[in-house]
Amino acid sequence: MERNLMKGNEALAEAAIRAGCKGFFGYPITPQTEISAYMAKRMPKVGGVFLQAESEIAAINMVYGCASSGVRCMTSSSSPGISLKSEGVSYMAGSDLPCVIVNVMRGGPGLGGIQPSQSDYWQATRALGHGDFQILVFAPSSVQEMADYMGKAFDLSDKYRMPAMILADGLLGQMMEPVTFGSEEIHTPDPALKPWATNGHGNKRKHNIVNSLYLQAEELENLVVERFKRYEIVKSEVHEAECYRTDDAEIVVAAYGSVARLAKAAVDLAREAGIKAGLVRPITLWPFPVQEVKDACRNAKRVLCVEMSMGQMIEDVKLALDCRVPVDFYGRTGGVIPKPSAILEQIKILNEKGAE
Amino acid sequence: MPEFRKPHSLTDVPFHYCPGCTHGIVHRLVAEVIDEMGIEGDTIGVCPVGCSVMAYDYFACDMIEAAHGRAPAVATGVKRGNPDKFVFTYQGDGDLAAIGTAETVHAATRGENITVIFINNTTYGMTGGQMAPTTLPGQVTQTTPYGRNPDVEGFPVRVCEMLSTLSGVALAERVTVTDPANIRKAKAAIRKGFEFQKNKQGFSIIEVLSTCPTNWGMSPVEAINWLKENMIPYYPLGVFKEGAIR
Amino acid sequence: MAKMNVDFEVCKGCALCTTACPKKIVAISHERLNSKGYYTAECIDEDACIACAMCAMMCPDCAITIIPDGGDK
Repeated sequence: MERNLMKGNEALAEAAIRAGCKGFFGYPITPQTEISAYMAKRMPKVGGVFLQAESEIAAINMVYGCASSGVRCMTSSSSPGISLKSEGVSYMAGSDLPCVIVNVMRGGPGLGGIQPSQSDYWQATRALGHGDFQILVFAPSSVQEMADYMGKAFDLSDKYRMPAMILADGLLGQMMEPVTFGSEEIHTPDPALKPWATNGHGNKRKHNIVNSLYLQAEELENLVVERFKRYEIVKSEVHEAECYRTDDAEIVVAAYGSVARLAKAAVDLAREAGIKAGLVRPITLWPFPVQEVKDACRNAKRVLCVEMSMGQMIEDVKLALDCRVPVDFYGRTGGVIPKPSAILEQIKILNEKGAE
Repeated sequence: MPEFRKPHSLTDVPFHYCPGCTHGIVHRLVAEVIDEMGIEGDTIGVCPVGCSVMAYDYFACDMIEAAHGRAPAVATGVKRGNPDKFVFTYQGDGDLAAIGTAETVHAATRGENITVIFINNTTYGMTGGQMAPTTLPGQVTQTTPYGRNPDVEGFPVRVCEMLSTLSGVALAERVTVTDPANIRKAKAAIRKGFEFQKNKQGFSIIEVLSTCPTNWGMSPVEAINWLKENMIPYYPLGVFKEGAIR
Repeated sequence: MAKMNVDFEVCKGCALCTTACPKKIVAISHERLNSKGYYTAECIDEDACIACAMCAMMCPDCAITIIPDGGDK
């Protein structure tokens, strides 16, 4: 397998193409613009569509149209742009449409900054738009995982007919690491797998309608309830986390994405200092890997949640542990990246406190 | 004399539109053109948010419901993903010329090979008759109870003229459906739009001056006359741009 | 035999067809209300009807079918 040295943004774009993505609709915004630039070069060469829209709102609605017609397609943006796309994502969830949305997070709120951040966790996992719905959320923590989970996002998005998000950050998007791609050639999904698509009935089938408007309350309720039954299936089938040195860990650090790598370094330093530390790294943020987090923390006296935000995933960690283990928080936000030494400091403090 | 029947490209779902609302006429014209070109099986329609929000139940081709104002972007996504299929949007004035202005302008300036059917009835019908971007100066609406005052609410938008400055536009024509003669012209314009699309010759928009008896507070026949006397002077009928762009 | 066939239940009595008929033989009858409570359109002189279909063109609800040789609905 040929190894390439690539930026996270570009590895993710190449993986999308190899997964059979045939439509990319984007808009410039730091720190994800390389995805658009890469797609602009590659898509025409593989018979795909690259289109820079007039706004993120237009872009997500182009994805909505392209996905309605059964074509694998995606968009990417960064925090403020994702806010603009939220209505479109709600429509896609409400119309059971698959697609992939990439959020290369940056400091917020507002115009914020352009340095890496994780302050869109709640937006992605709780409310990326109005109404009862969820989307699949994957959190890669390396350039290799940016590529791996892109393919997985497309497959699972099609399988469960729901949008999927890659929740990355500016660090992952901008840094370069070696990456290998699963397949050399380009996967072409079988259109027959999408009988619901609006691509012209060809006088061979009833006309299809892609729609999320249901003025009859009971009808809308039934649809939402059915969708949530599907979400239960997704929860049972899709949940991933990495556990590192957690078998005997008394202090477990919970962190995801690029922060998990810094936390891993801190865990190793703590071990060298004689502290039984470990790391649990959720990879699927929705569905949240509840069982994996429980298992990782079975011997834990304390849990330290580390994020590049004011603390958002911490709630899911507490919920997963039913608040039976004290969960403390350490984080930097605004684009500031926490140092392993600072994380180690926090681990030591908790170690002294013991299981108060 | 040939028979006159409901076109095949309309389903048998009765329209919910108010009595005398000319949406229904335009629906039929679009369906007649689709029938005559024999493209129902290759057509995907995109309906807006507004009175025609449920048009997906009325057209027999594949249909997509777009978010308010986003139909041209949705249509772009469909068309780019399926370049050989026919894609049309059907939008009202609030949808196309207020919240969806950017999508309209950019689909046009991209020369997107889609056909936009634009219903201009100077009001937001579904929500009870508020001011639209095409509400005339002095016109009373629910949100201009003392008549639209350009000093406060600005001036109505002439969409065809505006878009005719864009190189991506193959057809920008304004028609109306106040009487059979105009209905024939409207249908011919819609047909031209679909023909430009068929030959991949650029963006086409057909603006149809339409009535809203309920929110104008008139009988359907009075509304037709009001349209002739008030709308046509401000929105002159005719072709504002025509010709293949590629 | 009727050339202008009005679908009694679909017609909303908007009267637009009455303005389009060149022979002025289309009117709203006030005999019966349909289930939605509308008086509906009808041709008041079928012999004078030239099946030009202008009434049907003007109808916003596709409620009028024209059969030139006077077939039934």
